Amino acid sequence: MHASQTAAHELRHHFADMDQQRDTASFGMWIFLVTEIMFFGGLFLSYMLYRFLYPTAFLEGSRHMNIRLGALNTAVLICSSLTMVLAVRCVKINQRKLTVIFLLITMLLGLAFMGVKAIEYHEHWVAREVPGPAFQFEGTDPRHTQIFFSLYFAMTGLHALHMIIGCGLVLFLMINAWRGAYNSEYYNPVEIGGLYWHFVDIVWIWLFPLLYLISHQHVGGGF
Amino acid sequence: MATAVQPVEQTNYLNADYGIKSWLLTTDHKRIAMLYLISISVFFWIGGLFAMLVRLELLTPAGDLMQADTYNKAFTMHGITMVFFFLIPSVPAVLGNFLVPLMIGAKDLAFPRINLLSWYIYVVAGCLWLYTIITGGVDTGWTFYTPLSTAFSNTHVITGALSVFIAGFSSIFTGLNFIVTIHCMRAPGMTWQRLPLFLWSNYAAAVIMVLGTPVLAITLLLVALERAFNIGVFNPALGGDPLLFQHLFWFYSHPAVYIMILPGMGVVSEIVACFSRKRVFGYNAVALASIGIAVLGFLVWAHHMFVAGISLYAALVFSLLSFFVAIPSAIKVFNWTATMYKGSIRFDTPMLYALGFIGLFTIGGLTGLFLACLGVDVHVHDTYFIIAHFHYIMVGGMVMAYMGGLHFWWPKISGKLYPEAWAKLSAMFVFFGFNLTFFPQFVLGYMGMPRRYQSYPPEFQVLNVLSTAGASVLAVGYVLPMIYFLWSLRYGQNAPPNPWNAAGLEWKAASPPPTFNFEVTPVVTWEAYNYDELDKLQEVPIAR
Amino acid sequence: MWSNLPLFPPAASKMAHQVDYLYFFLVGTTAFFTILIVAMVCFFAWRYRRKKNPVATQIEGSMALEMTWTLIPTAIAMFIFAWGAALYFAETRPPRNAMEVYAVGKQWMWKFQHQEGQREINVLHVPVDRDVRMIMTSQDVIHSFFVPAFRIKADVLPGRYTSTWFHATVPGTYHLFCSQYCGTQHSGMVGEVVVMEPAAYQQWAASGSDGSLASEGEKAFMQYGCSMCHRADYQGRGPNLVGLFGKPVLLDDGRTVIADESYLRESIIYPGAKIASGFKNIMPNFQGQISEEELISLVAYIKGLGTGQSNPPATMAEPTAVYPVGPQPEKSQATPSGK
Repeated sequence: MHASQTAAHELRHHFADMDQQRDTASFGMWIFLVTEIMFFGGLFLSYMLYRFLYPTAFLEGSRHMNIRLGALNTAVLICSSLTMVLAVRCVKINQRKLTVIFLLITMLLGLAFMGVKAIEYHEHWVAREVPGPAFQFEGTDPRHTQIFFSLYFAMTGLHALHMIIGCGLVLFLMINAWRGAYNSEYYNPVEIGGLYWHFVDIVWIWLFPLLYLISHQHVGGGF
Repeated sequence: MATAVQPVEQTNYLNADYGIKSWLLTTDHKRIAMLYLISISVFFWIGGLFAMLVRLELLTPAGDLMQADTYNKAFTMHGITMVFFFLIPSVPAVLGNFLVPLMIGAKDLAFPRINLLSWYIYVVAGCLWLYTIITGGVDTGWTFYTPLSTAFSNTHVITGALSVFIAGFSSIFTGLNFIVTIHCMRAPGMTWQRLPLFLWSNYAAAVIMVLGTPVLAITLLLVALERAFNIGVFNPALGGDPLLFQHLFWFYSHPAVYIMILPGMGVVSEIVACFSRKRVFGYNAVALASIGIAVLGFLVWAHHMFVAGISLYAALVFSLLSFFVAIPSAIKVFNWTATMYKGSIRFDTPMLYALGFIGLFTIGGLTGLFLACLGVDVHVHDTYFIIAHFHYIMVGGMVMAYMGGLHFWWPKISGKLYPEAWAKLSAMFVFFGFNLTFFPQFVLGYMGMPRRYQSYPPEFQVLNVLSTAGASVLAVGYVLPMIYFLWSLRYGQNAPPNPWNAAGLEWKAASPPPTFNFEVTPVVTWEAYNYDELDKLQEVPIAR
Repeated sequence: MWSNLPLFPPAASKMAHQVDYLYFFLVGTTAFFTILIVAMVCFFAWRYRRKKNPVATQIEGSMALEMTWTLIPTAIAMFIFAWGAALYFAETRPPRNAMEVYAVGKQWMWKFQHQEGQREINVLHVPVDRDVRMIMTSQDVIHSFFVPAFRIKADVLPGRYTSTWFHATVPGTYHLFCSQYCGTQHSGMVGEVVVMEPAAYQQWAASGSDGSLASEGEKAFMQYGCSMCHRADYQGRGPNLVGLFGKPVLLDDGRTVIADESYLRESIIYPGAKIASGFKNIMPNFQGQISEEELISLVAYIKGLGTGQSNPPATMAEPTAVYPVGPQPEKSQATPSGK
């Protein structure tokens, strides 16, 4: 595989050179992540407001989070970020097979995250903690605990959607990497894919304490 | 004609490839701009139709032309169509898409495929919006206030909100493209201080698009979820807070008005400079003012909520900041006026629109002071005073700037000249019709006529009749350009590369430009608005 | 249609003239700057038209001018801000001892309740030359109480009380509009404010009422069994409400809130949202069982406790209605709610 051949093949017509193309793509991904911060921001703001106004309701709702599974998911995502970083490193040093393996593990960890989330959602459904007509909660202030759960599902649901997109992205990178599209001269797509993946991870790092860790006590699954 | 007309057979972006596929799968920013031009024009007419319904009903004090629900749908759909499907995309998606790469000497935007994607997203949103209209529409007002929209309205709020949600992503991608392009793809020698002010304005608007639109997206998504699943984030009956909705909504929708006006201001800078044959007075100030408007614009949203139930202290802060945000706009108006001082001025149609903009935007902006002022806002909030204020800025300002820009760059876009006499006549219709429509509304508002009213006390009728009369004149002013622009495509005179002898890299390309804009990437060694050099090159500027 | 073409609303309140003065100043400023800009633009357009001035003079800019036309407008803006803020202070802070009228907005009508007991729909009678404070809530969506002649407006929200006040100065009948779009008959949600001479108002107030608002509230207080737990003679299962209104309340989660009208209302229909420190969450929740009008009468009654305007609960006999209380707790070692 000739590096220069691939490089010439990849240069889009409107860029002067690969440097400009790479810098532009990276910058574009950073701007996109800023829009994602603003997108989640509205939900975080709503959460902060209601938690400030109705702390007891939120505390009680948070006690019903499955902290074991939540912590597991946190570990899963952090590991997936590690494997993502390793994938980027491997492509920079032309380790094609390892790149594909790390990307694969990243994607599998992402899918595992989704699986655990599905289990959690199911648990909440059975416990009648899903907002809507079926919602039932024994607590001091069930109305506002329902809002806690609404925000829980909205925030983790939006996060899960981004995870699905992320898994698709990693799959796409993996296939391309397998085909030899990336090497030490041209690895920018893997890098900016990594940026997106890390962002989704960081959103979870914020979600986990805010949603799961308000109270020391948890109903059912505790440590 | 002083210069030779270029041969008609020369390949340009319009004739480079034929067939519907070459248009629908294009990545050429100029073709995408044209796709946008067609689609937003469709929505302009739809929005205008709803406006006509509203104004016709308001000819008489009683609600006698249509049922109340129908009227409520009419003003709602007028607002949503005009704001989200016409005004927000207008200058950026049409003129911006076309001109940004040309003005910086690039071959295309940074992400051409994302540019095409943004158009498709707009079309999908537009189709969902049309579907919403056809199946019965929305009647919540364009502001979707809760709990009316989430729990009480019987109309298609979910599809309406979702269509705006989807359209928002089109806006985000356009803004993202502009920011990255302007940062990363300027031609050698094109420093920030040599950028045309059109690019500064579009850059500032793009920053707002990128930061503000996602908040609207999540807000409308929550409205749709709340309506679908009855969850209560904004509904007090279920423990929620309707004021939270207002804060979230206005956090985007106030900066949104700057998304709408900033690109128009950019157009005005270009036109005033060209038709005064002068560099814009105070270039740095105007550029900085654009950024200032974008930043300050994010800090004033709750001035829409002075009587909504916010605290006194919050009201004071937002009032103060709202006065500050007026200052950069005032600076721009003064600078444009000063640009004309000792200029050499011609009154071609683009200049007429630009001058109209300056006058009407001044009135619109100054009436904003009435609204920033707490004591008076309590009285005029939610009355026709507000409606007059924002129409002065949006229609008297923004739409006139858009029309001016279309006329100014039409030779570049189409390779044809529009008929000047008809264009001047249309500009007169627009100016006169516009003032007749909206000035009486200031008076109506202070008198106390609330907005969104189908019926009103009889003493308000005279002013309403004047307003409707003006609207019909205004409509003529918009119909004429549509006709003669289309006419010019077939029968218009061919345009030289630079019929105005204007400054700016876009005028160095052919009219219309080839697909890749420049054969050789230009190297910029001159300052922006080098009209003295341009005029020296030929004794007298080109007359049409 | 032409014979009576008003171009200005009547000014019928103390604030109206003040608002109008500021408005005229704004109109003057706007006119001044508009004429200035338009005149300069027109003058430059004529004086420097191409025929007369074929060659333009390139001028970079002028820091002095930029500073001038930044600082002067800023100064004017600050002046307008301060003036408007001063008016807003006055507009949003009702004077003490204002006469209180309650309003409930619903799709698509206004319901008023006077302290003396009269109820009105869409028409509001008030005396001239008295401070009147409106305490308002909505039964459904957001409405807005707008009287152009008084230059006042306040949104009316579901789930809480908002208020505004006015001091009418000219007897007459004035428009009342709902100015927050509220659905189908939004433009039909209009009414009148009738400002009467004091004597005429007294006459009107004396006729057609069964008893004051507070006494209605007292009846409801007994009827719903509130007096079983909220006692003034001994520490009951619920906090003593005498003198509560307007005071800070310590909640069980450590927060402190002021016991205003909205707090009282929320505590009746959704007591779990804010539990007074030292008390258990055993109060029945009356959501859906008490109308907004009855809530207003209860609020008016509780406001009057301790001020002499309402009879304290201790003097009441057994409640007249039976209702579910819930499990009987042991005698609570309660400390009184924060006073």
